[in-house]
Amino acid sequence: MTRESQDQSNTYDDEVLNLDPNFKYEITKQTGGEKLLRCLQCGTCAGICPVFEVDERYDPQKIIKMALNGMRKELLSSELIWMCSTCYACNEYCPQDVMVADLMCAIQNIATRYGYPAPALEDKIQILKYHARTLPLDNFDNKKRLKLKLPSIEEKPQDITQIIENTGIERILENALTPVTNEIAGAVSEDRR
Amino acid sequence: MKYASFLGCTLPSRAHNYEASARLVGNKFGIELVDIFDFNCCGLPLKSAHFETYLAIAADNLAIAEAKGLPLVVFCNGCFGALSEANEHLKHNAKDRKMVNELLKPLGKEFNQGVKIIHFSRVLYEDVGIQRIKEEIVRDLKGIRIAPHYGCHYFRPGEVHENDENPKNPTSLDMLIEVTGATSISYEDMLQCCASPVLGTSEKIAVRIGKKKLDHIKAAGADLMVIHCPLCSIMYDQYQPTIEKQFNVEYKIPVLYYTQLLGLAMDFDPTELGLKKNKVKVNDLLAKIENIS
Repeated sequence: MTRESQDQSNTYDDEVLNLDPNFKYEITKQTGGEKLLRCLQCGTCAGICPVFEVDERYDPQKIIKMALNGMRKELLSSELIWMCSTCYACNEYCPQDVMVADLMCAIQNIATRYGYPAPALEDKIQILKYHARTLPLDNFDNKKRLKLKLPSIEEKPQDITQIIENTGIERILENALTPVTNEIAGAVSEDRR
Repeated sequence: MKYASFLGCTLPSRAHNYEASARLVGNKFGIELVDIFDFNCCGLPLKSAHFETYLAIAADNLAIAEAKGLPLVVFCNGCFGALSEANEHLKHNAKDRKMVNELLKPLGKEFNQGVKIIHFSRVLYEDVGIQRIKEEIVRDLKGIRIAPHYGCHYFRPGEVHENDENPKNPTSLDMLIEVTGATSISYEDMLQCCASPVLGTSEKIAVRIGKKKLDHIKAAGADLMVIHCPLCSIMYDQYQPTIEKQFNVEYKIPVLYYTQLLGLAMDFDPTELGLKKNKVKVNDLLAKIENIS
């Protein structure tokens, strides 16, 4: 056996070993993911998906299959899970009422927890925390508002600052450096039993 | 008709044309918008990261409206969907309700029964009513062909919205358009998403989705497109020149907020309706309307 073919077979073994049969239960415990196990792989979600229509790499049917098959690390670390446009067409047309858009949100929440957050999430949190909105408002905006006789708006971030500090979202980002491993998934499914 | 007015993030800074036109036409119909500047972002931007934080931020807003005893009027489809979903979720999930109320307690707020949440277009459709709107139409827009774009969260997912809109075949925006005398046309993939939420992760994918709709609308021979969400406006109005340049196509399809269209039919001054703020020029459209009446 050549060195090259040995390497290939190792890679293959690793992939097989990385399958996590408990991943699907981890998802069903997350809000939005409860109905994952109903999926029959009919492909209606992909058929109606506007993102899949222009880029077949984002395939909701395939994402669900990966979840059911336990491809935990591959899925959570994939940039594709952030391509969902949250249009809810899949929710409306799924014959099994899997609530696919909510399921994507559940997978995204788990990915964030395990070190694979959406791009620029940390910045987004900071802006919301200190400006109470995604687009900060200043005097310049208020001057423009006045031209159309719109009332002046003042940022009042005190309450949202407290909420963000107390929900623990920032700690999740700090601790999310833990790589995704089967031990973590095991602990979660242990807890489920 | 009194409502707590939820402006959200995009309206106050990027959609002055929507806000100004909504206030103008609303005032004419006796819609009283109570400005509450304590409202935050709706919470949607953090939903995919941490569901609990999204719920708590949404609940903070809902609790403010509940304490005022007013229905909550929302202008942005994104905020409308996020707040409606949180409202429904918290009404039926005691565990999460307890979780958010523990966070809200030190702020002197509480989510109890939830509130009635209504999109501004639905205020016009349900609370003002088509008949009453008809009485205020001064300029008949007969002959103008309009492509309606509902925007996903205005009608999907069906179960979180407390109204009679069919999530597979919504009709309210068509009826609101037709009361002006204009024709509301149907076109291929009419209920397709604008894909603005994807702009942040893949601009390339998002603009391809946006382009499809503009292609379909052009093929259907529309004079303009009507929307009622500032996020949809980002794709179709703000990004339209970018899409034209990138794909070497020409649309020049004006994109008006419904309240701007209604304002024109009610003979409000185009400048007061913020039409100068629309990115795609509306001069030809205004001339066409001028010629009709």
